[in-house]
Amino acid sequence: MRTRLYSLDELNDIPGTTVFNALRSRQAYHLHKFCMSLMQEDNRAAFKADERGYLDKFRMSEEQKRAVLDRDFTRLIDMGGNIYFLVKLSNTDGWSTAKAVSSMTDLTPDEYAAMMRSGGRSPEGQRSIRGKK
Amino acid sequence: MARITAGIATSHVPAIGAAFDQGRDRDEYWAPVFAGYDWVKQFQEREDPDVVILCYNDHASAMMLDVVPTFALGMAEEFDVADEGWGRRPVPQVVGDPVLAAHLAEQLVIDEFDLTLMNALEVDHGCTVPLSLMFGRPAEWPVRVIPLAVNVTQFPTPSGERCWQLGAAIGDAVRSYPAGLNVQIWGTGGMSHQLQGERAGLINPEFDNAFLDKLVDRPEELRRITRIEYLREAGTEGIELIMWLIMRGALGEKVEELHRFYHVPASNTAVGHIVLRPLG
Repeated sequence: MRTRLYSLDELNDIPGTTVFNALRSRQAYHLHKFCMSLMQEDNRAAFKADERGYLDKFRMSEEQKRAVLDRDFTRLIDMGGNIYFLVKLSNTDGWSTAKAVSSMTDLTPDEYAAMMRSGGRSPEGQRSIRGKK
Repeated sequence: MARITAGIATSHVPAIGAAFDQGRDRDEYWAPVFAGYDWVKQFQEREDPDVVILCYNDHASAMMLDVVPTFALGMAEEFDVADEGWGRRPVPQVVGDPVLAAHLAEQLVIDEFDLTLMNALEVDHGCTVPLSLMFGRPAEWPVRVIPLAVNVTQFPTPSGERCWQLGAAIGDAVRSYPAGLNVQIWGTGGMSHQLQGERAGLINPEFDNAFLDKLVDRPEELRRITRIEYLREAGTEGIELIMWLIMRGALGEKVEELHRFYHVPASNTAVGHIVLRPLG
């Protein structure tokens, strides 16, 4: 066996964090294809005119489509999504990245913005689920 | 012979580009961010570099869906600005240097770095926000740019040590280029930030400031930082800091710090910026 500096299980040990990897990338391939389609104005217009009909052109799971319609970024991340793809959706909505990001926390967008202005979320107690440090 | 005359690091937050494009760069929220980049604009006027090797990450604009290259070098004459969902940034097209890029590609692959070569590439805010911060609003960018896109999004990213080694090889490749070019290398992204999950909004000023300190005179300590340590300490997107090690690795052992800036926040992110001059 080759040596490793740490077990990959540690990737699951960071509180409130999902590490995006090759398997997730594959699970979200069609979701991400939809997201990248929003890089064209014509497609943004078509999506806004008929969100459900536009989504049905992609081989996404029903759960992924539902989460897009609900703008449920937490679910989208759970289903393999990565924020850099997902912000194409929030950009299309005219949301700031901060608003999209804040929706995954227990804070309102205003509370989240206030937290950031006062220095952001401290890493204390946020580094490890097992170690609680 | 070509020379690397400076290494520059900066964050590349998209909201900085939006604030800049919409003329909000001197409002109450953004003025302290942009003030941190006044010095470097004067510096660039004096330095007048010919080419920038710009290490950045593509944010699912040109890569990451169908292909996920670990290191991708931009070979083209020009690179269009990507539409990331709210229209293209109103900035000049990025002009490349295919001859130097081909030299780099040749030397780096010979040196065992199995690069992906991009003959067509649209560049996103990762590339254009640093250009705006360094040069303001010119009609044309005053430098040619060789984009070097690094996968910092999909685990496993390259290690910090691998990035350092790539930077060292880039430094050697530039120094073996016959034309007398003034070349800068930029490392962009970071500093601490996390854009997903309940832990979103993470900022770690202790980690960031130690990183800035060590970048100057103890880079060997930075080379040992593991991916998991970046994720835990600097956030899932804070691992972009490995791209700063490509820049630093290209500068050689000793550097002089010319300028430094650190500010929290720009949107979700801790902004860091440093200008280094290689010594010897």
